[in-house]
Amino acid sequence: MTVALDILMTASLWEAVLRIATPLIFGVLGALICERAGVLNLGIEGIMTLGAMVGWLTVYWGGDLWLGMAVAVLVGMMMGWLHAMLTVPLGLSQHVSGLGITLLASALAYYLYRLWVEVGDLPPTIVPFQPLAVPGLSSIPFLGEAVFTQMPPTYVALILVVLVAWFLNRTPAGLALRMTGENPHAVEAQGLNPHRIRIWAVMVGSGLMALGGAFLTTAAFNSFFPTMVQGRGWICIALVVFASWRPGKALIGALLFALFDAFQLRLQTVVEGVPYQLFLMAPYVLSIVALVLVARRARVPEALMQPYRRGER
Amino acid sequence: MRIERREEVSVTALILAPFGAVLGALVLCAGLIAMAGVSPWVAYGEMLRGAFGSRLAVTETLTRASPLILTGLAAAVAFRARLWNIGGEGQFYMGALAAAALGHSVVVGLPLPAAWAVIALGAMAAGAVLLLIPALLRLRFGVDEVVTTLLLNFVALLFVGLMVEGVLKDPMAFGWPQSVPVAAGLRLPDLVPRSRLHVGLVLAVIVAGIIWLVQARTVFGAQTRAAGLNPGAAAFAGVPITATLAKVAILSGGLAGLAGAIEVLGPVGYVTTTLSPGFGYAGIVVAMLAALHPAGVVAASVFVATIFVGADAMSRATGVPSFIADVIMAVALLAMLVALLFATYRVRT
Amino acid sequence: MIAGAVGPVLELEGISKRFGALLANDGVTLSLKKGEVLALLGENGAGKTTLMNILFGHYAADAGAVRVMGRALPPGRPQAAIAAGVGMVHQHFTLAGNLTVLENIVIGSESLWKVGMNRDGAIRKIEDLSRQFGLPVDPMARVGDLSVGERQRVEILKALYREARILILDEPTAVLARPEAEQLFRILKGMAKGGLSILFISHKLHEVMGASDRVVVLRQGRVVAERVTAETNPAELAELMVGRAVARPKRQAHAAGAPVVVAKGLRVSRGGGMALDGVDFEVRAGEILGIVGVSGNGQAMLGRVLSGLARPEGGSLTFDGRDIARMTPRQAVRMGIGRVPEDRHAEGVVGDLAVWENAVLERLRDYARLGFVRRRAAMDYAEALIARFDIRGAGPRTRTRALSGGNMQKLILGRNLAAGPRFLLANQPTRGLDEGAIAAVHQELLQARAEGAAILLISEDLDEAVGLADRLQAIVKGKLSAPIAAEAADARKLGLMMAGVWGTADAH
Repeated sequence: MTVALDILMTASLWEAVLRIATPLIFGVLGALICERAGVLNLGIEGIMTLGAMVGWLTVYWGGDLWLGMAVAVLVGMMMGWLHAMLTVPLGLSQHVSGLGITLLASALAYYLYRLWVEVGDLPPTIVPFQPLAVPGLSSIPFLGEAVFTQMPPTYVALILVVLVAWFLNRTPAGLALRMTGENPHAVEAQGLNPHRIRIWAVMVGSGLMALGGAFLTTAAFNSFFPTMVQGRGWICIALVVFASWRPGKALIGALLFALFDAFQLRLQTVVEGVPYQLFLMAPYVLSIVALVLVARRARVPEALMQPYRRGER
Repeated sequence: MRIERREEVSVTALILAPFGAVLGALVLCAGLIAMAGVSPWVAYGEMLRGAFGSRLAVTETLTRASPLILTGLAAAVAFRARLWNIGGEGQFYMGALAAAALGHSVVVGLPLPAAWAVIALGAMAAGAVLLLIPALLRLRFGVDEVVTTLLLNFVALLFVGLMVEGVLKDPMAFGWPQSVPVAAGLRLPDLVPRSRLHVGLVLAVIVAGIIWLVQARTVFGAQTRAAGLNPGAAAFAGVPITATLAKVAILSGGLAGLAGAIEVLGPVGYVTTTLSPGFGYAGIVVAMLAALHPAGVVAASVFVATIFVGADAMSRATGVPSFIADVIMAVALLAMLVALLFATYRVRT
Repeated sequence: MIAGAVGPVLELEGISKRFGALLANDGVTLSLKKGEVLALLGENGAGKTTLMNILFGHYAADAGAVRVMGRALPPGRPQAAIAAGVGMVHQHFTLAGNLTVLENIVIGSESLWKVGMNRDGAIRKIEDLSRQFGLPVDPMARVGDLSVGERQRVEILKALYREARILILDEPTAVLARPEAEQLFRILKGMAKGGLSILFISHKLHEVMGASDRVVVLRQGRVVAERVTAETNPAELAELMVGRAVARPKRQAHAAGAPVVVAKGLRVSRGGGMALDGVDFEVRAGEILGIVGVSGNGQAMLGRVLSGLARPEGGSLTFDGRDIARMTPRQAVRMGIGRVPEDRHAEGVVGDLAVWENAVLERLRDYARLGFVRRRAAMDYAEALIARFDIRGAGPRTRTRALSGGNMQKLILGRNLAAGPRFLLANQPTRGLDEGAIAAVHQELLQARAEGAAILLISEDLDEAVGLADRLQAIVKGKLSAPIAAEAADARKLGLMMAGVWGTADAH
């Protein structure tokens, strides 16, 4: 018990929580935007992988770190466009198309990495983002170290949570997006184009997912290796349900999840005799448990996974 | 643009769809191969040679296809009932583990057919349990099984790690994390001498036939189709939806578990965390390319195996990364979706 | 536009639209004057809804033009219709249950590129409109929590919020109780007096007679007549609408037998409220008991209970004296209970299965040996159903989806009646069917009655209920009125019953 408390009282734990949460925040916001418009995007796992690869590659080829992030967003949006084309105007199964996108995006990431990068014994590295102390705030004891000494993309992620919440709830476009996920007929009846709204939502959401992937290779680590996304995309999909499709709750979900993850990493080093696999399993099991807890209460967007065809009911 | 359902779907269109999808995938991926500075003609030629160019190549391709048939069937039977089992990979590993554990000591001493039967049942049960959990969570709590089956793949793989480094660790493996081997006498006999091809292929094809019979000719098959196509009408007509879906989950998970068992009893002999080169995920592609038909699953498995075995050989010969196989498979899956759409719907402007 | 100008505010000229082999609209021409209430009368399938979708820009017409205030609307663009001042209230509301009234109303009224919304202004405008037109509603309420009548108000406010001068309502009373409907028409008349022009679509004669200034009759996609309402009568309109005198079969008097299905104090709760609240009825052999009422008052739950899909929490339900409160659908079929579901597509048939598979779906075990389906026997059975119940355009192997609504219904009715059931639940058996098919379904129901079946008919079509049933009970908010004899049912009395006004004096 005291071990647990000791861990919780270290600022470095909380610093790690925000770092671990960052890719999840990007991913869960991206998935949330897609789903609020009515499209499930199971391409997330692959899009994060591809985002991680191209973001890293841009920097490896001499680009700026932020340019790497931008390229990742762009490539993510291209994948999102493909998913949107298949599922929105063509109305294909969002499940199968999403899985197809995941297979395609990760395969592309591995293929192009092998093609373009000379890999020796160890994967090549880049100079990643460095922690940025927010002037003034970072000198607050404990909090300063825990919250205000983060990599720059982490601050971006936190600001994005507010921005996405504001966009969805306080702008006409956000309302149109939500309405498309609830009842696309209502959108069409007002002379707006539900297909166009869905396509844009999926593209923007996929861009954010790729950003989450790019954080892994340009901030959390400094190299790209296959399977590095490790199911984070699927966890984001679970977190969206857990957050009942709200950005604020999504942030809380991502932080809770990261807290758990950071905690178990530290616990691993302290507690002996327990196989490390049990610790690693915990996040996945936790996600499933979270899904079960909220499943009945979740207020699902009513038109989620319903393809919209004009003039059909 | 409007998309309308065709009144009658032509069988020819359905049969042509996968060929169109595969052709489309090969054309699209030619560009990626060209980026590697290799002529697509040369590369595809090398792939064909690598998969079929020699007796050994053919046996390797069929060896690769054997578990794929079973994971493909696992996905197909589940998808038919609209149960989105994406957890074939995890179920495969659970079956493999069960086979290794049973085959190492438990069944040793039993007469051979009985020993095999126990192993097969044990592996199927292990796979079935892993799918029953998400299936029941969906039926009971409404939890989407796509996410849960995907997450359980990671759990299952970690569990394999736990076992092969723990209680099932092979003490004779010089510290390598691999499981105890199955008893030599229990290994499946070879189909072709001096190759890795084993009778598991025959078994898989027979299972495909049985699945076809079950789906097309039995009460259970009819109930499954009704429940998948229109759960409301099926329930109204007295089809027990929960029981039907639970049975489908047991069947589907069992098939994926059986795939793990034949891979262990056949060419490999023990379990590691890299036993499967993605058999579970590829099974989904196989099922889709087959339009969920058991006969199609057999054909699509051979195709996917060809791509993978061929790509390895082609990669060695030309330097094009073998990951091209994954790209081709993914593009073929997406192209198949579109091809099926045009077979069942028509687009009007 | 100068007040009192003579030109029509809305003109449709020579509108034609074809869907495949079906000519939905054939050279339709009509006009709407300022301050007028115009009714568009026609049967299901006469092309009314297609016409409205063209007018509002959801479909593009193959030929013809739509003009608002003398200016032609570009085809296929709802936005242009809205901008020109046309507002449409759809039959199926285009609302999002999870969003607020405010959000449902303002959607699309501001540029998507605007940052921020003028919420306070919008709320004020909605409240002003509510007051002005007598449409009270709370802007911050969640639409999913509103009653059907309130939702319709939201739909109308949505149109008014966009400054609509022309209001089009598609079957506006389909989901309303009589008093609510009457209130709606009062509001609409007030709006017309205030200078709005109103076009409503209906197939109900009494509404058209009571609420419109002028009526245009549509039949098989063509305008067949136009009348000033004051100068016509229901009989003339009925004949114009149907185009021929279709005789629905008549019920022959005969004595009913012993009670077959008896319900006492049935209760089922649903989402906090009561779906069925102390329901009593008995259906006797050889009689049809009609349950009438506005949709959404518990009919669906009553149907589910009698089909074996839902279980009552209180009260008793017996069939020939046996308790059937906890039966499953399979047991129902085995006991000889026939069930025609409310929605043929959602519950009646599996559209993608063949006709023969749907024919035996309820009794698969009877057509199986050792778990294998006896296909030959099943197909013979389907063949027999097709012949006996005159199911057209189908063989046993046809995909069921390809059948017309009427033939699909005959298939469902057939598989239930072929076994000679003791009890038959017929839930909205003719919804959405054309007159010919309705007559055929009625004939079958009466035939089953003559053979001694006890039939419970749930229907929203009063003519059907009065024509078929021996006795009638009304369902309102999950409660059933006491039964009255069909002979004693007149329009006023039924109207009161369906509005929930029934005294003890009406019993038996």
